Amino acid sequence: MAEEKVKLPETEEGTTVYNLDPIIIKYHYEMNYIHSYAQDSPFFAGLSKGKLMGSKCTACGYKYATPRSHCMECGAKTEWMELPLEGKVHTFTTCYFGSEEFLDQTPFTLILVEFEGVNTLFLSRVIGIEHGKVHIGMPVKAEFLRLSKFKPTDVYFVPA
Amino acid sequence: MRPVYMVSGGVTKFRKASPDKDFRLMVKEAFDYAMRDVPNLTLEMIDGTVASYFSDHFTRQLMAGIMVQDYLGLCPKPGKRVEGGGATGGLCFQAAWEAISSGRMDVCVAYGFETMSRVNTWKGNEFIALASDTNFDYPVGGFYSGYYAMMVQRHMYEFGTTVEQMAMVSIKNHGNAIHNPYAQSPMKLTVEDVRSSPMVATPLTLLDICTMSDGAAVAVLASEEMAAKLTDRPVKIVGVGTGTDAMRMSDRPHGKVPLLPHESPDDYRNLKYPGIHSFRGGRMASKLAYEMAGITNPLEELDFVELHDAYTSSEIQTYEDMGLCKYGEGGRFVEEGHASLEGKVPVNPSGGLLACGHPVGATGLMQAVFAFWQLQGTIQKHLGNDRLQVKNARRGAIHSHAGTGTYIAVSILERGS
Ligand SMILES: [Zn+2]
Repeated sequence: MAEEKVKLPETEEGTTVYNLDPIIIKYHYEMNYIHSYAQDSPFFAGLSKGKLMGSKCTACGYKYATPRSHCMECGAKTEWMELPLEGKVHTFTTCYFGSEEFLDQTPFTLILVEFEGVNTLFLSRVIGIEHGKVHIGMPVKAEFLRLSKFKPTDVYFVPA
Repeated sequence: MRPVYMVSGGVTKFRKASPDKDFRLMVKEAFDYAMRDVPNLTLEMIDGTVASYFSDHFTRQLMAGIMVQDYLGLCPKPGKRVEGGGATGGLCFQAAWEAISSGRMDVCVAYGFETMSRVNTWKGNEFIALASDTNFDYPVGGFYSGYYAMMVQRHMYEFGTTVEQMAMVSIKNHGNAIHNPYAQSPMKLTVEDVRSSPMVATPLTLLDICTMSDGAAVAVLASEEMAAKLTDRPVKIVGVGTGTDAMRMSDRPHGKVPLLPHESPDDYRNLKYPGIHSFRGGRMASKLAYEMAGITNPLEELDFVELHDAYTSSEIQTYEDMGLCKYGEGGRFVEEGHASLEGKVPVNPSGGLLACGHPVGATGLMQAVFAFWQLQGTIQKHLGNDRLQVKNARRGAIHSHAGTGTYIAVSILERGS
């Protein structure tokens, strides 16, 4: 019986090659995560309602501007608490380079915001002021996107 | 705890890109160098390993550690990976120390690597920034240079640290590197050069920041008995310490400074600590390592330090965490020349991360190798010149640090008898 020759079908897609010695090729890789905000979810729900939700320890009273559901100081459960919408710049930087995802947004200015009577800080961006004019202690107020994306960038700050 | 010695080390030259070698071959090169340096050591005598690499994203290979293990011919001996961001190398070194100290092994090889050139720099920044809270921090503009820039802005505000003082760190480390053939960016710089290089994140310029790189490093640790068989110039690891802090800078509390023996509460009466201007984990790591080594005044009792200068600013902040000077005096410490080769305690005589590069998993082990050669007095042999040899170096510290101070490992090495 004659042996039938078996062949894998050829395809036309090729490979991007950058270099031959050594051989360097393009290797594409991407993925979608099914990301859950889990216990942090109420914070993101708050952003869509124009609220900044922090947390307060039910045992020791420590107040977190960036929420967490258990206290870092004593381990007790925290409860949700509405933060004031005005605060001060604790520190800042203007980024002229960055990660690929944000490269087209440069330069942008990051700030850590401090709120009166709250023990920890909150990372955000400030706009509406020349990059070189932002300074520590500067009063800022929160603004919210009208169309929420359920990302921490739904809130940003402007000079108060 | 049994005494633990370092008996050999090897390091590849860190390069921006080494496409001709993958991570296995780079480790093999560093490993072979270390093996050649102690000819009495055979593969059979190695009891096990610890692998150090930071990011599976960069490697595009999960379980890369086991591929190194088989490439080196060390299967089926025990091995594992440790990971802690930028401090991975320092943590790996200490994991190998634990293996020997506990009596589990008599010879343990710590190997580390990173191949960061396999993605472009912007993508690499993204991978590194994923080592920040992905709910609250990364999406706002995740960028580590930005995070460190915010920290030093606050350091400048609290203590009056200047960008010129930061530039002096860059000048010192790139200058030291002129005598280190392993360093990828030896440079003679001026303050003007540093300040006029491209602004990355105010106030940090390109010359305030280390370079993502490809590279590998290996440290061989041994028990006292095995060390005596392998080398007549062993280096004893007399102290190890590790510290941590919250991932989010936003969460860093305002409390009191954990004091070192030579400090008093009066030094810091009005200082809110660590805030975001200092690395509490670095202080904790130093305190623990000093206690184990019996060091009460690090400036007087250390002959040199190889520390994690991913940023010029973090070198200044780290002088303070390590107690080389008081909190707030870091800027003046470098300005007055105390950290220079001829200074009180040469810091980063190798050129550090700023000039050698920062292939994350290899970096902390590179520091161990350079410190080991310093304490052996073999800088001439390994670097081809002795310009960087710290005269009569008897005791040195290595300091490995992860993102904004989350994990920090400090180890103290001492010339063996
Ligand atoms: Zn509490």
